[in-house]
Amino acid sequence: MWAFIKKEFFHIFRDYRSMVILFGMPVVMVLLFGFAITNDINNARVGILDHSKDVVTREIIQKLLSSGYFKLEAYLESNEEIRRLFEQGRVKEVVVFEPDFARKMEERRGASVQVILDASEPNTANMLSSYTTGIINTYTLRHMKQQMKIPVSIQVESRMMYNPEAKSVYMFVPGVITILLMLVSAMMTSISITREKEQGTMEALLVSPLRPVQIILGKVVPYVLLSFINLIVILLLARYVFLMPVQGSLPLLLGESLLFIMMSLALGILISTVSKTQQQAMLLSMFALMLPTILLSGFIFPVENMPLILQWISHLMPSKWFIVIVKSIMLKGTGLAYFWKETLIILVMTLFFVGLSVKKFKIRLG
Amino acid sequence: MRKLLYILQKEFTQVFRDKAMLPIIFIVPVMQLLVLSYTATFEIKQVRLVVVDHDHTPESRALITKFSGSSFYKVTDQVEQYDRAADLIKRGKADQFIVIEPQFARNLVIEQNANIQVITDAINGSAASLMSAYAISIIGDYNREIIVGMTPLAGQALPISVQPSFWYNPELNYITYMVPGILVLLVTIIGLFLGSMNLVKEKEIGTIEQINVTPIKKYQFIAGKLIPFWVIANVDLAIGLLLAFFVFNIPVIGSVGLLFGVASIYLVAILSIGLVISTLANTMQQAMFISWFFLVIFILMSGLFTPIESMPHWAQILDYANPVAYFIKINRMIMLKGSGWSDIQSEVVILAGYAVLLFTFSIWRYRKTV
Amino acid sequence: MNNRKKIIGVSHLVKKFGNFTANDDLNFEVFKGEIFGFLGANGAGKTTAIKILCGLSSPTSGTVMVAGWDVGKFPDRVKERIGYMSQRFSLYNDLTVKENFRFYGGIYGLSASAIKERTAYFLKKLEMEQTRDVVLSKIPLGWKQKLAFSVAIMHDPQVVFLDEPTGGVDPITRRQFWELIYETAHQGTTVFVTTHYMDEAEYCERVSIMAEGRIVALGTPAQMKENYNARTMNEVFVKIAR
Repeated sequence: MWAFIKKEFFHIFRDYRSMVILFGMPVVMVLLFGFAITNDINNARVGILDHSKDVVTREIIQKLLSSGYFKLEAYLESNEEIRRLFEQGRVKEVVVFEPDFARKMEERRGASVQVILDASEPNTANMLSSYTTGIINTYTLRHMKQQMKIPVSIQVESRMMYNPEAKSVYMFVPGVITILLMLVSAMMTSISITREKEQGTMEALLVSPLRPVQIILGKVVPYVLLSFINLIVILLLARYVFLMPVQGSLPLLLGESLLFIMMSLALGILISTVSKTQQQAMLLSMFALMLPTILLSGFIFPVENMPLILQWISHLMPSKWFIVIVKSIMLKGTGLAYFWKETLIILVMTLFFVGLSVKKFKIRLG
Repeated sequence: MRKLLYILQKEFTQVFRDKAMLPIIFIVPVMQLLVLSYTATFEIKQVRLVVVDHDHTPESRALITKFSGSSFYKVTDQVEQYDRAADLIKRGKADQFIVIEPQFARNLVIEQNANIQVITDAINGSAASLMSAYAISIIGDYNREIIVGMTPLAGQALPISVQPSFWYNPELNYITYMVPGILVLLVTIIGLFLGSMNLVKEKEIGTIEQINVTPIKKYQFIAGKLIPFWVIANVDLAIGLLLAFFVFNIPVIGSVGLLFGVASIYLVAILSIGLVISTLANTMQQAMFISWFFLVIFILMSGLFTPIESMPHWAQILDYANPVAYFIKINRMIMLKGSGWSDIQSEVVILAGYAVLLFTFSIWRYRKTV
Repeated sequence: MNNRKKIIGVSHLVKKFGNFTANDDLNFEVFKGEIFGFLGANGAGKTTAIKILCGLSSPTSGTVMVAGWDVGKFPDRVKERIGYMSQRFSLYNDLTVKENFRFYGGIYGLSASAIKERTAYFLKKLEMEQTRDVVLSKIPLGWKQKLAFSVAIMHDPQVVFLDEPTGGVDPITRRQFWELIYETAHQGTTVFVTTHYMDEAEYCERVSIMAEGRIVALGTPAQMKENYNARTMNEVFVKIAR
């Protein structure tokens, strides 16, 4: 039995290219998500068309540019230039002040600012629009207070729970953990077992004195370890590079991960029993596991906003429940009382897949 | 040239004979486009808001009504204690809660200074920023209404009015934005995976050796491996554009010819990357892992999901080497804004440079000797 | 023998992989229309040598002339003039018999009419006309090997290299295969063949036996049996290998 597990390790580690990728992938993904990928908007390029050029417009422009959200790309001279600038993709937003701005404001005739957005990127456009509106409104309020002596104001104190600086990496780390556990456990095992089938070595193993359970265990143990190493690497990166500690219980997190790994392994074995060639196993894992995991688990994209039918499908994704668990332990610091339902769902799925693959495996032997 | 035709004939025959390939080439992209367009959205449609109202006055209720009246908010619960609300967030039952202080109305009228707390579940950082901005802007609106209500003089109009107008996509339809990017993603996946798998397959089954003892030129063989998938990816693009038009109602505003022209250059670059990978790998499994690795990095940094401008400077510099980023930018410009040749020429020139470089490199990397 | 045209000339061929010397100073010649057996135990360096002769690998030192050209300097000139059948099955399993002929004929630069004509010729000779449009994966191994050989000589090469062509093939098919080899040699194509079957060595005009990277014996089967005082080539081989 030990000899067999050793042989599996040897197989895996000899393929150093796959190794580099297997261990490089989590590091690169976490670093990319942590440092490079962010939804926040800063330094959006903006064009300004100021038909008035007075004290007020200069003050507002100054407020906009010092907010950190915007970076001045160009001062425009005429309305015709706006379209050009957008078509060349040089700016995301153009702010247009009408002529006689300050005077209209003083006389309270409603000085108007037009904010034109490149809404081919609706999300950015939406955010930029609300930032611009917010900045100008704040200016207006202050102006009203000073000039018109109406000091009513509501102080808003906004707090970000669990992630005070609203960093994107908090959201992505649980997702990256889930994807990698899935990738290593399900995809790698399914391909490796199918390879033995394809090359005929599975037959040799089956006629050996090893029992089928031992064979499967031997195949699976190395991947459990690999998955754990990956998990630890990601947790260490999160802790020491992104200062994002595990708030809840670490043993609980590892235990839940083990459960999820078991589930993925069972899935991988199931895939290998239904596919004949490595290529089939690969494609099945890719399209039946990886893509749905990335898309429907709430890893990157919030599930609540998807069409209803996709939301239903997402309930069938084990990764969706696992991400909830990881987020709860890592970020919210809650215990089993808060996610026993999710744990139970994964447990049931695990038993289901194990049962199914045992049944398939027996049929193949018989 | 005649030899190349024979290679192409053979490659096409093999592709179309493989029953597993056809769905991958033609059905999977369609599914991807349909599913991704609906799933790949950061758009926040509704925030589940819990209200902790310690005041219970007409003023506090007016503020709550302001929230529930906004299409952005759904007030799911009203509770009496802060801890209850925090627990709802902990359980994932709510996204945000506001706390209205006791004496809110009194403070507003007499002290002219009242407080409201907005607490947001910030695990999804960017969504949280947006939710917070929305809450603040609704409260700001409410504040201005009170001011206007208190000074009849100020009456009709606020001194400054802001009028946003959204060009190119007035309804802020997120799918319109995503589809051109997803089309790029789809031809990239097809090109990179098929390109990298194909040559390795010949290595694995051993036919490559037979090819290597023939007098065939390296460029003929590599071109023979590249062209079929180049054609297939272009066909996929055409199918995607038709779907975009008929299903999502997104026409190509710019020139379709220009779009395919750029796509053709881009695909040479992507397929060449695939071929380089397949000269490096010994098995299909390796080829797939390497492709996956590059694909993930290319796509995450491509600006497909998150704006490139928001990335740190070093990442933006790295992106100069990311062909996917160029094509997504160009495709969005042509499809959504109708940009023409003069607007995209510098990007196209860079892409063409990559294509030539990578294609040459893949020929050089392919060895007829062992 | 010496008035026959020289097709392969190998002198002082050395191939090293780092410290390991796979081919150590090989010298031999092969002539037009000859069937030359290239024997040796596994790991003796046969496959390395045959790869160099075909231009798949380049020698560390020494010169190798094949079909009038220096393989090290003009591999493509040589490749136009040789045929090769490797020990791994090298036709496309997902193409039909006809399509395989068409593809390989095409990349050797045969005209469309020549491809048609040669395909018909070989299928008739092998009595396999009915398999023309059958996908290769559905054809038994022995037939496939004969097809692979036909494809290898389709462009009328001056010399054809066969690397263990009859591995895993039943005795009857092996016999038929050797009939094909004889016929090919008779038509003037040199046949350079490696094999593990010593009975096949008897069919060769001349054989060389390699051990540990060197050629330890070279001559006709009859000469060898005499020199080593053996009744069969098998005995010769066993004696040398020891």
